Amino acid sequence: MRYVDEFRQRELAQQLAAAIRKEADPQRQYNLMEFCGGHTHAIFRYGVQDLMPSNVHFVHGPGCPVCVLPVGRIDNAIQLVEQHDVILCTYGDMLRVPASGRKSLLKIKAGGADIRMVYSTQDALRIARDNPDRQVVFFAIGFETTTPPTAVAIKQARTEALDNFSVFSNHVLTPAAIQNILESPEVREMGSVSIDGFFGPSHVSSIIGSRPYEFFAEEFQRPVVIAGFEPLDVMQSALMLIRQLNEGRHEVENEYTRVVTREGNTKAQSLVAEVFELRRTFEWRGLGLVPYSALQIKKAFAGLDAEQRFHVPAISASDVKGCECPSILRGVKRPTDCKLFGTVCTPENPMGSCMVSSEGACAAYWSYGRFRQPEKSDTREDAA
Amino acid sequence: MCLGIPMKVLQIDGFNARCEAKGVEREVSLFMLQDEEVKPGDYVMIHVGYAIQKMTPQEARSAWEIFDQMLAADGPPDTTL
Ligand code: SF4
Repeated sequence: MRYVDEFRQRELAQQLAAAIRKEADPQRQYNLMEFCGGHTHAIFRYGVQDLMPSNVHFVHGPGCPVCVLPVGRIDNAIQLVEQHDVILCTYGDMLRVPASGRKSLLKIKAGGADIRMVYSTQDALRIARDNPDRQVVFFAIGFETTTPPTAVAIKQARTEALDNFSVFSNHVLTPAAIQNILESPEVREMGSVSIDGFFGPSHVSSIIGSRPYEFFAEEFQRPVVIAGFEPLDVMQSALMLIRQLNEGRHEVENEYTRVVTREGNTKAQSLVAEVFELRRTFEWRGLGLVPYSALQIKKAFAGLDAEQRFHVPAISASDVKGCECPSILRGVKRPTDCKLFGTVCTPENPMGSCMVSSEGACAAYWSYGRFRQPEKSDTREDAA
Repeated sequence: MCLGIPMKVLQIDGFNARCEAKGVEREVSLFMLQDEEVKPGDYVMIHVGYAIQKMTPQEARSAWEIFDQMLAADGPPDTTL
């Protein structure tokens, strides 16, 4: 069965590639931003770029949650452990992200700090139940798909009166970030970046629905196609974007009709709305302060907000000198433009966040060796 | 973190479900699918310990084939999937 499927996939990929070559107008360039790290990963892993004609480009966006968290927030998390002696629960991806002073959560854990890697917010609640005399903080990060599980944990902690549990919220919002990129001077003033259309992330969209994209598709006249994470999904969506651009349309289309509706998962949305509210502003690595782009815990649940419980200060810290993550996250530079790439900075010893997560652009470049290949070859056959 | 893993539902107890994929069993929450009917034998997409959507067996299988190839190429999986 497996070989039949593989064959079918390869054949479909070739057919899609041929359709894209046929429909892409050689007179114009198509710069398509994949917002989400999941897409970045699929594009590199399967060499999707190599199947595209030379005027269709993927621009990698800031949709890797680990990558966009600024250094200051990781410094905050480290302070929580070092100054308040909390048990810090975190998703594994965060452990190796470099913080200020050459620290990382992994390094201070090795030095004896009580940092626990969790797979789910349920694990964090369990740790809090098992350690009633310790403060337990869940380091919450991520886009719209990871926010509802945090909301569930906060509500559960309230119901169980789990007084030693709190959440350090760093949840961020996809549409706000896309809008910020479109409003950036690099894009607006026709300077270094041009973005003609977007791939919308499928899982995020299964929660928020396709409606939140309608505003900026209209306002900025850029088409959006919500795409699944498999290579064929990405190719199919690229074709849909090219068609929209050729026809002068800028609509929100859905390649992933299997699961994404216009309304999204209303149960998850109401959970989030009950527990979280918009922050006036939040710092993103690469994008700087972005208005209304993140969530904070509502007053009604302030008792479970680690920022309030431990008076977490605002820290503005800078990235490692020479690290180009901020420009890479805006689509202005590529990993190979960074002098540290592959020399000082590798996945084993990351200098910046983009090299840590497998969804980060630098890690994807490194792992899949694209930087060693010529920019273009339309002949590669094993890509799907 | 964006990717998620398809798993098969074995047993349901309230909002908790015992799910299985590749011989690995895990407790996951069905909290976000409470408006849908989920039963043992169904496939669900798991994201940080929570089921976020139902899938067909075909979708689950094709996602797993891709993961298999990734695992073969990349070593151990991303632990926060
Ligand atoms: S290669 Fe390393 S140092 Fe350079 S931009 Fe990427 S993460 Fe930063």
